[in-house]
Amino acid sequence: MRMPAPIRLRELIRTIRTARTQAEEREMIQKECAAIRSSFREEDNTYRCRNVAKLLYMHMLGYPAHFGQLECLKLIASQKFTDKRIGYLGAMLLLDERQDVHLLMTNCIKNDLNHSTQYVQGLALCTLGCMGSSEMCRDLAGEVEKLLKTSNSYLRKKAALCAVHVIRKVPELMEMFLPATKNLLSEKNHGVLHTSVVLLTEMCERSPDMLSHFRKLVPQLVRILKNLIMSGYSPEHDVSGISDPFLQVRILRLLRILGKGDDDSSEAMNDILAQVATNTETSKNVGNAILYETVLTIMDIKSESGLRVLAINILGRFLLNNDKNIRYVALTSLLKTVQTDHNAVQRHRSTIVDCLKDLDVSIKRRAMELSFALVNGNNIRGMMKELLYFLDSCDPDFKADCASGIFLAAEKYAPSKRWHIDTIMRVLTTAGSYVRDDSVPNLIQLITNSVEMHAYTVQRLYKALLDDISQQPLVQVASWCIGEYGDLLVSGQCEEEEPIQVSEDEVLDVLEGLLVSNLSTPVTRGYSLTAIMKLSTRFSSLNRIKKVVSIYGSSIDVELQQRAVEYNALFKKYDHMRPALLERMPIMEKTATNGPSETVQTNGETDSTILDTKHLPSISQPASQANDLLDLLGGNDVVPIIQTTVPTKPASAGGELLDLLGDLSLTGGPTPTPASSVPMSQPPFLLDGLTSQPLFNDIAAVIPPMTAYNKNGLIIEFTFERSNPNPNIAVITIHATNSTEADMTEFVFQAAVPKTFQLQLLSPSSNVVPAFNQGSVTQVIRVLNPQKVRCYCEPRTHSASYRSRSSEISPFVLKHLQKSDECLSGAKLNIAKLKLRAASH
Amino acid sequence: MIKAILIFNNHGKPRLIRFYQYFAEDMQQQIIRETFHLVSKRDDNVCNFLEGGSLIGGSDYKLIYRHYATLYFVFCVDSSESELGILDLIQVFVETLDKCFENVCELDLIFHMDKVHYILQEVVMGGMVLETNMNEIVAQVELQNRMEKSEVNQVI
Repeated sequence: MRMPAPIRLRELIRTIRTARTQAEEREMIQKECAAIRSSFREEDNTYRCRNVAKLLYMHMLGYPAHFGQLECLKLIASQKFTDKRIGYLGAMLLLDERQDVHLLMTNCIKNDLNHSTQYVQGLALCTLGCMGSSEMCRDLAGEVEKLLKTSNSYLRKKAALCAVHVIRKVPELMEMFLPATKNLLSEKNHGVLHTSVVLLTEMCERSPDMLSHFRKLVPQLVRILKNLIMSGYSPEHDVSGISDPFLQVRILRLLRILGKGDDDSSEAMNDILAQVATNTETSKNVGNAILYETVLTIMDIKSESGLRVLAINILGRFLLNNDKNIRYVALTSLLKTVQTDHNAVQRHRSTIVDCLKDLDVSIKRRAMELSFALVNGNNIRGMMKELLYFLDSCDPDFKADCASGIFLAAEKYAPSKRWHIDTIMRVLTTAGSYVRDDSVPNLIQLITNSVEMHAYTVQRLYKALLDDISQQPLVQVASWCIGEYGDLLVSGQCEEEEPIQVSEDEVLDVLEGLLVSNLSTPVTRGYSLTAIMKLSTRFSSLNRIKKVVSIYGSSIDVELQQRAVEYNALFKKYDHMRPALLERMPIMEKTATNGPSETVQTNGETDSTILDTKHLPSISQPASQANDLLDLLGGNDVVPIIQTTVPTKPASAGGELLDLLGDLSLTGGPTPTPASSVPMSQPPFLLDGLTSQPLFNDIAAVIPPMTAYNKNGLIIEFTFERSNPNPNIAVITIHATNSTEADMTEFVFQAAVPKTFQLQLLSPSSNVVPAFNQGSVTQVIRVLNPQKVRCYCEPRTHSASYRSRSSEISPFVLKHLQKSDECLSGAKLNIAKLKLRAASH
Repeated sequence: MIKAILIFNNHGKPRLIRFYQYFAEDMQQQIIRETFHLVSKRDDNVCNFLEGGSLIGGSDYKLIYRHYATLYFVFCVDSSESELGILDLIQVFVETLDKCFENVCELDLIFHMDKVHYILQEVVMGGMVLETNMNEIVAQVELQNRMEKSEVNQVI
C-alpha cells in the first residue's frame, strides 16, 4: 500500500505552530519523525528533499535529526538541483568532520566542483568551505585552485573563501594558492576583490614569508582604495553615499597588516590614510566604520606623529558622538592605544570619565577599564573621586573589578598614607561585600605597615563597624585591626581626627556581637575570636575575655572550637607565653606591587591568601601550628607539640615573618644566644629550649653536614647536596645512630615545613636503630623551596620515656638566597619542625 | 570570522540558526538560550555590542546584534571582524531579505526557513563575508530559485 505523500514543509510548520504546549509540540514532532523515517526506509526519491527540509526545521527547534545524515548524502548525489540544494544545506547543518559519514561526500563534491552549472559548483564550494575536513581539503584543493583562476566572478569569489578554509585546515597547502593570487587584485568585480583581500589577509597572517611577499601589493591596494573614494557616485556599490564601504574596510585592514613594522609600506600608505581620515562622511554608520578602521590602521603602522594625533583626535570625537556604538568602539580602541600613546589619550580623560556615567553597561565597563589605565600620580586624586563615585552607583557585576582596580591604583599612586587609608575605608564601606576575599590580607598588610596611622585606622574601622556589620571583608579587616590596635582605640590617641571615647567593654561588646551575629561568616567569626584573644594583652578585662574564650570551647563550629580550646590552653597552662605571642605584629615586608591577585599567585597555591585568615593568628599562637603539623602529617598519632618560647622577646628588626617565627622559637634573631633555662611543664613529651645557629651565610651550593640532634645516645646527622637536575631541590640525607645499649625500635622521622615548601621523604632504610652504633638508619629527604624561604628548623623528640630536662638540641637554619622582589611574609607558615619520635624502652 | 548567526524572536524562539564552528546539538540550544537571555535584557537605547556569553564566547568573541520589530539578528564574531562593519552587514542582510520577500516579516522567516538559509549562504560563507552587494545577492538567489522551479514535481 502506498504511503500518502509526506506533508509539505509549510504544513508541518503550520501544524507545529498550533501546539499550545511543549509536550504537544514534541508529540507532533515525534509523529512526523516517524513518518519521515518510514519514508526514508522506503528509499523514496521523490519526496526525500521534502523530508530532509522538514528534518532541518525540526533540528532548528532542537530535536534530534541525525538519522537524516545519510539522506543528505543521497540528495547531494542526485541530479536535481533542488535535491542538491537542500542536501548540501543539510550536510552543512547536520554533519561535521567528526562523523566518518562526511567523507562520503568527497566524491560528490569533486564531481560537483566540475559541474556544468555554476550554481551547483557554487554549492559544492560553499559546502567544502564550511565544513570540509582536512582530508577532504587535501583531496580537493586542486579543484579549488583551478576555480580560483576562473573568469567566472561568481565562482571565483567563492573559491577564494574556500581557499581560506583549506589553508586553515591544511596550512601546508598555502603555497599552492600563491600563483593564483597574482592577478586577483586586478579584478573589477567587487565581490571577488573583497574575498581576495580576505584570502591575502589570511595568508599574510599565517606566514611571515607571505607577508613580505605581499608587501609589494601595497601600491595596488592604495590605488584601489583611492578609486573607491574618489570615484563619483556608483549606484552599484553605493551604501549610504559611500562606495563599497565593506571593501574599503577590508583593504584598510590588510594595509594595517602589511604596514605594521615596515617603514616603506607605512610610508606608502600615509597619504591615503590621511585622505580617508579627513574626507570620509561621518553622518552614517558606514562612514564611521571606515573612519574607525583607518584610525586602527594609523595606530598600528609606523605612521608619522601628525597622523597619529589626527587618529586619536578622531577617537576623541567619536567619544562625543551620540551614537553609542561609536562611543563603544572608540573606548575599545583607546584602550588598545593607551599603552603606546598614553599622553594623547590622557587629553581625552574627562570625556572618558564622563562615560562612566553612561547608562549602557558595555560602555561603562570599557570606560572603567580605560580610567584605570589612565590613572597616574598626577591625576590620582581627581580620578579616584570619580571612580569611588562610580563604585557607589555601578552594577554589582562591576563592583568587584572596580574595587580591585581602586586598591591597585591606590597602592601605586597614593599621595599620602592618610589618603590611602581613607580610600580603602571608602571602598570597604560602600562596596564591602563585593571586595575580593584576597584583598583582605593585602589591606591588613597595608594597614600594619602604615604605623603612624594605626590609631586613626582602628578608630575609623571601629566606627564603621558600629554602623554596619554585614560586609564581611570590612568586618574582617576591622576585627583584625581592633585586635591589634585596640589599646590605641581605648586610649584615644588618634591624631588625625577627633578621638572617640570608647571603653574596653564597648569594644568587647562589638567583637562579641560579631561572634553571635547571623551575618558573620565562619571566617569572620574566627577573626573576631582571635581579636578578642589578642586584646587580653592589651586590655585589662581579662576575666571577660577568658569567659568568652571558654564559652567557644564548645562551639559547634570546629574551627572556632579549636581556636577557643587553644586560647584556653594559653590562659591556663602557658600564660607566661601569652604576652609574647600576642604582641603587636611587626612591619611586613612589602610584596611585589602587583596587587592582590599577583601576590596570591606567587604563592602557587590555589586558595592561598597572603595572610591566611586561619594562620595569621597562628603565627603568634604556636598551638595551632602544631595542628598544622598534624594536618601536614595527617596522622592521628602525632601529638601536637606546644613549643616553648623564652620570655624575653627581642624586637624584631622588621624582617620577614619568618624571622618572627625564629624569634618565637629562638632566643635571638641572627645572633645566637644560649637557651635560657625555662622551666618546662611536663607533658608526655619533651620540650626543648632551642638556640638558633645559623648554618651558613652564603648561598653556596655546598652545605656542610651537621649534627641535627645529639642526645641520649641518639645522634642524627644531616648531609646536604643539591639535586642535580633541579638546583632548587636540596637533598638531605639523615643518618641516625644509636650509642645506647638497646636498639631503638619504631624509629620514625617526621618533618613538617612551611606550606611553600615541598617535602618528600623517601623510605628509611629501617626503623630500628641498632644499639652500640652498630649501624645506622638512613633516610633521604628532598626539600623543594621554590621561593627560597628562610626556614628555621627545630628538631624535636618525642618519647614517652624522656622526661628529663632539656638538653641541647641544636636547631639549624637553612638559609637560601632571598629573591629581592619576592617576599614571603604572606606565606602560609608553620614553623618548620623536624620531629623525631623515638620509641623508647 | 563569524562564529554563529542566530535569528530569534522576542520570546527566544529560533527562526534561523547557523553555526560556523562545530557545537553539539544540545550545546547549540544552550547557546541560543543564553544568547537570547543576554540580548533580551538590553534596553533599546544601548549599544549593539555585547561581550559574548560564556558558552559561545571566549575573550575574543563579541555578540553584535540588531533588533528589528519582533526579531533579533545576532552575529557572534571574533576580533578579525570590524564591529561597525558587521552592524552594516546585518543591515544589508535584512534589506536583502526584504527585497526577496517583499516587506519581509517574521512569518516569512518562519515558513521559508530554507530560503532564508539560501540567501544567507550568498552573504556569508564558512564564517566569512562573501558578498555585500544587495542586488548581486538578490539576483543570484533569484536565478537559483528559478532553477529549482523549473524542475518539475519537486516541491518542498
